Amino acid sequence: MSARFQPAVRAEYELPLLPAPPAAAARPLTWRARLSGWLAGAGWLRKGLLLIVLAGLWEYAARVANNDLLLPGFLQTAEAFVAGMVSGELPRYVGVSLGVLLQGYLAGVLGAFVLTSLAMSSRLGRDLLETLTAMFNPLPAIALLPVALLWFGLGKGSLVFVLVHSVMWPLALNAYAGFRAVPETLRMAGRNYGLGGLRMVTQVLVPAALPAILSGLKIGWAFAWRTLIAAELVFGTTSGKGGLGWYIFQSRNELFTDKVFAGLATVIVIGLLFEHIVFDAVERLTVRRWGMQR
Amino acid sequence: MNVFPLPAPLLRALDLTIDYGAAGKTVRATHEVSFDVYEGDRFVLLGPSGCGKSTLLKAVGGFVQPTAGGLLLRGRRIVKPGPDRIVVFQEFDQLPPWKTVKQNVMFPLLAGGAGRKDAEARALHWLEKVGLARFADAYPHTLSGGMKARVAIARALAMQPDILLMDEPFAALDALTRRRMQEELQALWEEAGFTMLFVTHSIEEALVVGNRILLLSPHPGRVRAEINSHQFDLASSGSPEFQAASQRIHKLLFGEAGHDEAAHADAAKAVHALAVHS
Repeated sequence: MSARFQPAVRAEYELPLLPAPPAAAARPLTWRARLSGWLAGAGWLRKGLLLIVLAGLWEYAARVANNDLLLPGFLQTAEAFVAGMVSGELPRYVGVSLGVLLQGYLAGVLGAFVLTSLAMSSRLGRDLLETLTAMFNPLPAIALLPVALLWFGLGKGSLVFVLVHSVMWPLALNAYAGFRAVPETLRMAGRNYGLGGLRMVTQVLVPAALPAILSGLKIGWAFAWRTLIAAELVFGTTSGKGGLGWYIFQSRNELFTDKVFAGLATVIVIGLLFEHIVFDAVERLTVRRWGMQR
Repeated sequence: MNVFPLPAPLLRALDLTIDYGAAGKTVRATHEVSFDVYEGDRFVLLGPSGCGKSTLLKAVGGFVQPTAGGLLLRGRRIVKPGPDRIVVFQEFDQLPPWKTVKQNVMFPLLAGGAGRKDAEARALHWLEKVGLARFADAYPHTLSGGMKARVAIARALAMQPDILLMDEPFAALDALTRRRMQEELQALWEEAGFTMLFVTHSIEEALVVGNRILLLSPHPGRVRAEINSHQFDLASSGSPEFQAASQRIHKLLFGEAGHDEAAHADAAKAVHALAVHS
């Protein structure tokens, strides 16, 4: 053995175990640390500041362009928005749109659930789901609108049809991927306790696949929302009651560009509300609480 | 040593041959494996990887169907998974993350049709036994590996199954925690008195945990020996007898490799060879 790298032999020692210092854990933070901690947590504040900056830029650009017909400013749009809200005009259009949207969305979710259940229970069901999603997922739902109009006429039926189409495929794809990724151990534990069939699906597979299902629901919601607005833009009113898309289209025809912008802003605001309030709350109460998602 | 007439075995494996399909061809996991487990046994299946010990356990669990041979629990053939044989897995994801510790222990009880009140009382009782009563309302992702293993054991014991199937339950734990868990399992067995089938690849764990060890040779799994280990526990793990037993097992599993392979050229010869060598 080489003596060159022989470490020195040192004396051993043992210490009695002293009680841990009690105060170390609970020292108050300095105000600086507290402020930076608060800022790091206040994402809404930073995003709000960003929005204000963007609104300022928009207003500046509008004043430079100085053409109300092409680019109304932020303040003008906000005015139109508030006026629309107060007069009850905008809420009425929003109500019509949301009503149709919910119907189509729920029908799509139901269809996706049936399709994935089939896929989970049989080989043929799996082939069916894989074939159908491969065919229809890349097809924009709005492209089916002409066919839908032919079949269901000018009305709610056509809208619901394209909405179902826009929700079902992405959701089925996500839910199916989620089901397949459920750990084998968890499935075996379920079978061990005598669970099978629908009880296995509801008590083990659905909660275990919830992160994927939720992300599918979110994607489906966004797809449905944009499909609806686009469809309403194309054929507008149904028996005298139009939705938000119709409002935007109609306002453009009448050259109320500020109303067009107010309508667009409403679309964005509703999207943000659902994303940040509904889905966020669901995630906080489920998958994030369970440590399945950060 | 006195020899008593043996009672009827709780679990019988009779010439169990198990094949499984992998990448288009069938692979033989075990070949004509027989063993008997009696009430109160801590029966260990020990062997290197590829000896089919986990497959055997899954067959007892009812998850895998044997190609030939039979598996009898209390004289009845095992055909599918059931709550009379609860498995404790090695993986931490055996605990549904969306259920609290208490709900996890209650889960199989409720699935089996127990009342909510009764299930809750039993869950709390067994959580107390494994020292986790304080964490009844915690979610699994907040627990350490050892605590998750304890929850899985409490969940299995709360079902009071005929036999507890443990598939390398401590293999994913660190060495110090594993030792603690072996100790606690021993204490639980002394207190609650259950029967278990325990799969491991660690000779030391087999000697400490088990009272009877089935040694399996790999590719495919065949019985090499069945030995007693009731005399050992963690306290005696440094003793010369323990070392001797450990070396004997090591020799049985890994020694005389060339000789062994030749002898096992076919099944008939293998049985003959075993009889001659042992």
